[in-house]
Amino acid sequence: MLASAGRGEGIALPHASRWVKRGPMVQLHADSLACQRGGRTVFTDVNFTLSSGQLLELRGPNGAGKSSLLRLIAGLGEAISGQITLAGGNGDLSIGQQAHYAAHQEAIKAPLTVAENLKFWGDFLGGGDMAAALAAFDLGALADYPAALLSAGQKRRLSLARLALVPRLLWLLDEPTVGLDANSLDRLTRLLRGHLSGGGLAVVATHAPLDLTADATLVLGTAR
Amino acid sequence: MQKFANPARFLKLAETLLPPIWGVTILAFAAGLYMSLVTAPPDYQQGETVRIMFVHVPAAWMALMVYTSMAAASIMAAIFRHPLADMAAKAAAPIGAMFCLLALITGSLWGKPMWGAWWVWDARLTSVFVLLLLYLGYMAVWQAIEDPHRAALIARIVAIAGFINVPIVKFSVDWWNSLHQGASVFRMGGPTIDARMLWPLLIMALAYTLLFVGLLLVAMRSEIAQRKLRQLRLAGIEGR
Amino acid sequence: MKLIWALIRRDLTLATRQGGGAGTAIGFFVTVIVLLPLGLGPDQALLQRIAPGALWIALLLSVLLSAERIFQADYEDGSLDAMALGVVPLELVVLAKAMAHWLTTSLPLAVVAPLFGFLINLDPQDILPLWLAMMLGSIFLSLLAALGAAITVALRRGGLLVSLLILPFYVPCLIFGVAASRASELVQPSLLILTALVLASFVLVPVAAAAALRAYLK
Repeated sequence: MLASAGRGEGIALPHASRWVKRGPMVQLHADSLACQRGGRTVFTDVNFTLSSGQLLELRGPNGAGKSSLLRLIAGLGEAISGQITLAGGNGDLSIGQQAHYAAHQEAIKAPLTVAENLKFWGDFLGGGDMAAALAAFDLGALADYPAALLSAGQKRRLSLARLALVPRLLWLLDEPTVGLDANSLDRLTRLLRGHLSGGGLAVVATHAPLDLTADATLVLGTAR
Repeated sequence: MQKFANPARFLKLAETLLPPIWGVTILAFAAGLYMSLVTAPPDYQQGETVRIMFVHVPAAWMALMVYTSMAAASIMAAIFRHPLADMAAKAAAPIGAMFCLLALITGSLWGKPMWGAWWVWDARLTSVFVLLLLYLGYMAVWQAIEDPHRAALIARIVAIAGFINVPIVKFSVDWWNSLHQGASVFRMGGPTIDARMLWPLLIMALAYTLLFVGLLLVAMRSEIAQRKLRQLRLAGIEGR
Repeated sequence: MKLIWALIRRDLTLATRQGGGAGTAIGFFVTVIVLLPLGLGPDQALLQRIAPGALWIALLLSVLLSAERIFQADYEDGSLDAMALGVVPLELVVLAKAMAHWLTTSLPLAVVAPLFGFLINLDPQDILPLWLAMMLGSIFLSLLAALGAAITVALRRGGLLVSLLILPFYVPCLIFGVAASRASELVQPSLLILTALVLASFVLVPVAAAAALRAYLK
């Protein structure tokens, strides 16, 4: 069913409706964020508000702080000033615990099979939908092969399959399109569309434009 | 730039405090050394060699004291996030290590006439030796981690963990020594110490403490200068 | 608890598939034991006297040798990022990783170590207490190894630094471990103190190691 979803419509994630059910709008709000790395100021005064179903695209040259901003939102970094809040989410969890963070590091264990990799993350992140994850990036045929044998592009797909494995409100994607072929790129786009139409939020840093209209674009590293 | 408000005030304070500190340090050392080398009586058992004690014992005290203050500064840094606290701990480490080394070397010099060997696995010596290793590990952490902010976070953990370890090591080494009972027992001039010996000891301890404070201020000053230099260099490459 | 178990199981699977964990450590252990008589001479009485201590020192070194790797792979491939975003607190992740390290490296070492005691004329009377003390002490060794690994996780040549940082912490374990390994009247209290060390490290190490990992993730 998932594989047959046509171009243009989103993949209906089995869990996507959850965010809508949670009721009022979810809002991710950044208020005059500033970030330093290694004593170097990466950016200052970053502000944005992102609501349910919206996509924020991050742009900017190398070193402008796209990755730093994503890590900061996930709680994997520390702002030197400013605040980031998620209104309407699950108050018991941190923003990071409601987010998927996917960067160029793939978090794949080579000795484990594709299915075992997914199974672990599913178990560890609290119950995953293996079938949906395999289907999202057409990994079904690869399920029982060790990840060591995968090509770079296949590893990317396995890594991104985590997005479909466990439902999470906020997706933080750092250059997710790198290494993906046209077909996989299309699958990623549809997956994102499904996530957004289900009421999810996404912040994506990318050089290659996605086949999606961003609700907002934040350009970093110009106001200097 | 807000962050520099504090270091700036600190630099001014150091500027005014240092000259009197050095003055009193020199006086205290002069008085302490005179008393310990000239006026203090020789020990009835150990003779003139007991005079090493006036250099050795305060050094060992300082080694412990400096590590304690490092741990305290690290705890302060973790709780109050005061930027100077990490710097103070970092600056104190090599000074403490020097005191530690001094205590070990003078202890060894003292041990030769007393025990007939340069090194004896006495419980105290062993614990001070482990303390030196803790100092070296702490300093190595600062050296190994490039980013000063990250290094500070890690160094705090190392300092605090080491501080917890010190009494455990002391306890276990005491236990170990009582098991083996090989070495002659270290006794410091009997249970009561003559006032003519106690005074020089205390004055020497004061001199050492002042020396530590003076050196700490100097080391922190150079640490601040280094951080400023780093900031300037980073500003230099920004946007190029 | 189920989530923790998933992590331990993954690490155990990885250890069995990759091999090298316990095998290399045991190989190293045996090498140290073989070197001892070569350095000290073949005097059987001397060897018997030093046997428990020698086995303990070899155990410490072998565990340290494998310490570096505990968090490194997970840090490098981004797994640690994803784990930090899990609902499981990082403290429990540390505990799980330390337990996996214990099961795959320290425990196998502790199990076989007394058997290699015959190489250095270990008193047969000492085998049982040594075994018991090592099984217990190896938990402490793995926990402290995890702390060292967390403190140096992103450093290129962290191995040497781990040794410098962690060996001072191994001192009490070595002293009470060896004391508990001799079949004499002192066995009881030293075994209890060893237990106390294990319990204390169970609480303190995850807190410290998780703080270190967070500092590296930032």
